[in-house]
Amino acid sequence: MSHKTREELDAAASEVLAALLVKKADTGLKNRDRLNFPQQDMPSQDPLERRHNMQEVTFGYTEAQALVEAERCLQCKNAPCIAGCPVAIDIPGFIREITGKDFARSIGVIKEASLLPAICGRVCPQESQCQENCTLGKSLKDQEKSVSIGRLERYVADLDRASGAVSIPKIAPSTGRRVGVIGSGPASITAAADLRKAGHEVVIFEAFHKPGGVMLYGIPEFRLPKQIVEDEIETLRKMGVEIKTNFLVGRTRKLMDLLEKDGFDALFIGSGAGLPKFMHIPGENLVGVFAANEYLTRSNLMKAYDEGHADTPISHSKKVAVLGGGNVAMDAARTAIRLGAEEVNVVYRRTRKEMPARVEEVDHAEEEGITFHFLRSPTRILGDENGHVRGIECLSYELGEPDDSGRRRPVAVAGSESVIEVDTVIVSIGNDSNPLLRKTTPELNVNKWGNIIADDNGKTSIDRVYAGGDIVLGAATVILAMGQGRKAAAAINEMLAREAVEPVPSGTGSGL
Amino acid sequence: MHKIIEKQQLSEQVFRMKIEAPLIATERKAGQFVILQLDTNFGERIPLTIADADAAEGTVTIIFQAVGKTTINLSRYEVGQSIANVLGPLGNPTHIEKFGTVVCVGGGIGVAPMHPIAQAMKQAGNRVIIIMGARTKELVIMEEEMRAIADELILVTDDGSYGRKALVTEPLKELCAQTDGKPDLVVAIGPPVMMKFCAATTRPFSVPTVVSLNTIMVDGTGMCGGCRVTVGEETKFVCVDGPEFDGHQVDFENMLKRLGSYRGQEERARHACVLDAEADKLAALQTGASK
Repeated sequence: MSHKTREELDAAASEVLAALLVKKADTGLKNRDRLNFPQQDMPSQDPLERRHNMQEVTFGYTEAQALVEAERCLQCKNAPCIAGCPVAIDIPGFIREITGKDFARSIGVIKEASLLPAICGRVCPQESQCQENCTLGKSLKDQEKSVSIGRLERYVADLDRASGAVSIPKIAPSTGRRVGVIGSGPASITAAADLRKAGHEVVIFEAFHKPGGVMLYGIPEFRLPKQIVEDEIETLRKMGVEIKTNFLVGRTRKLMDLLEKDGFDALFIGSGAGLPKFMHIPGENLVGVFAANEYLTRSNLMKAYDEGHADTPISHSKKVAVLGGGNVAMDAARTAIRLGAEEVNVVYRRTRKEMPARVEEVDHAEEEGITFHFLRSPTRILGDENGHVRGIECLSYELGEPDDSGRRRPVAVAGSESVIEVDTVIVSIGNDSNPLLRKTTPELNVNKWGNIIADDNGKTSIDRVYAGGDIVLGAATVILAMGQGRKAAAAINEMLAREAVEPVPSGTGSGL
Repeated sequence: MHKIIEKQQLSEQVFRMKIEAPLIATERKAGQFVILQLDTNFGERIPLTIADADAAEGTVTIIFQAVGKTTINLSRYEVGQSIANVLGPLGNPTHIEKFGTVVCVGGGIGVAPMHPIAQAMKQAGNRVIIIMGARTKELVIMEEEMRAIADELILVTDDGSYGRKALVTEPLKELCAQTDGKPDLVVAIGPPVMMKFCAATTRPFSVPTVVSLNTIMVDGTGMCGGCRVTVGEETKFVCVDGPEFDGHQVDFENMLKRLGSYRGQEERARHACVLDAEADKLAALQTGASK
């Protein structure tokens, strides 16, 4: 596979752009023209180089690329892309501003709906959201050829960041009400910002020593630079949101105490999915078997990849098996490569098509030399005499009838066991909900998977307590979490506004 | 930031610190622990049990052995300095009720987390027998505090330099073998090997035995799964399911191996840390000499 440099991509785009602009000035662009403009590839670090560093893989579009890509948009009246966006960004609107080179207005359009465009432009699964329904992709009979909405979003978001003029939203006059936000991931950041904008005092409670949630401990630097997350947190601080780290609600303080003793008028729970799932196969507790959460947290949050500085150790693996096919599995596999593994195998029980990971991450992983074993599922992990992993036994599968999710169910092929020799196994098959909050808050209703039950507005079984993000959805995405945070914040704002008109007794207000 | 209010060296490697942590002091119960980190950017997070707390004063007491990079560094902190991050209280509190006779076995530094448990067991109306063991006399900690709680205190050292020359399992076995009034519950906290043998000692007598596990952990809130142990064929997380488990069900062999996961790297880090200290000492000596 030949890797094109950013300069090469830019030169090609500039050529297309020049011709395009002449035609646009002459006769105007027809839909037929737009269908023919080449989709712009994302410039990225050479795979052979990036395998050895933690820097961001992708560079983002050049201006010429962004302008060409934006002209691919058909500006459809019915805009099916908007329906695919969990926060309903006016997608044709922001793309139109790009074609007019008014990048400031373009980011303004996005920010009306999304608080974290630099993050979502990087980590959203666009191919299953906005880009899935894109008319251009449909016309070209290839949804992968849809307008690269995410890359355009990132382009204007990065320009905005680089301009240094990141604006602090306007804060309404103080209402004197206090809202606590539990967790500091995407759902919580969004909720906190919207609640603060309404003039409430907002306190975020984060269990870790740094705020940012999954964007900090889970998603690696090479996919989402931590500086971006830190800047978003800084914006919250500048808005006057207070952030208490090392504060585990349920343990450091009970949830009900925050409401009943500490003077909070409402709470939003955005504490995330939590507990890693295991496969319950023999050998899972051998030395060298990790949950992806642990492996990634060591590398990302604890900076174990920076061995010269970090105190936290991480396994020096040579041959690795990663179990699972989601984004987290891709992150773990690509982290292992960067930490010096010679061989990384992703074992997934369905086929490439069914992988829940973003297409771009799978492509990147492949470019970096990761081996995929499709239609294989582990039956046991083998250990040596020291209790250390020495291999993983897998069974082969073939696809049978579709299951409830509409994906064809893999069926085991009897007698097809084979062993992959590895010294490390990283289990990345999702998360169960963390039991801590429900155990310490019996009033909180949860479903059979332990996820908090909330209505469309995020309201839980406890009055004044709302929830959103993975703790409600199970493992989902940054943008879905944001959407839920936003809805819950709107509901809390409405409740508190109603009470301002017809006052009710609030908490005792002892403060913290 | 959590200011260090008091510091005491209990033995060559063992230190006691009282630190400011008002919320943890209020909420903590016997059996719980904290996770601390000295440097927010690059420090490691380590679990330490809470030896005592004073809610009115807003302090918790930790006792630790300076054996790894972080604990060695922490042992060099002085009164007035602050620890960057302390999270807690973590883990489930010890199940306290009136069992009858409770034998509390504390080995080495395990005496520290045993202190609040023994105290709570006593307050619940139990007859509390404490067995405390150490390798040698210098390593015996908190004798006075434990004596103040115990209905009976049995002190043993491996080398016989203080108390009885025995391992903790010997008096434990004698207590279990009593025809009248064998213990209703044993709680054992100490090095993993000691807990393993305590469980093996009480098993033939069917005396329920609780052990408190201190495994590798990153977050301490259920997120990372690094602390998992096999308990009765099931995988449990020490941080959210524990830290206390039925000692007769714990797979100690597996736990001991998992504890050694990063031994090579930890050893190098500790070594570098000790070398740093030696270099500092040398530098100090040289500056002293040159004055």
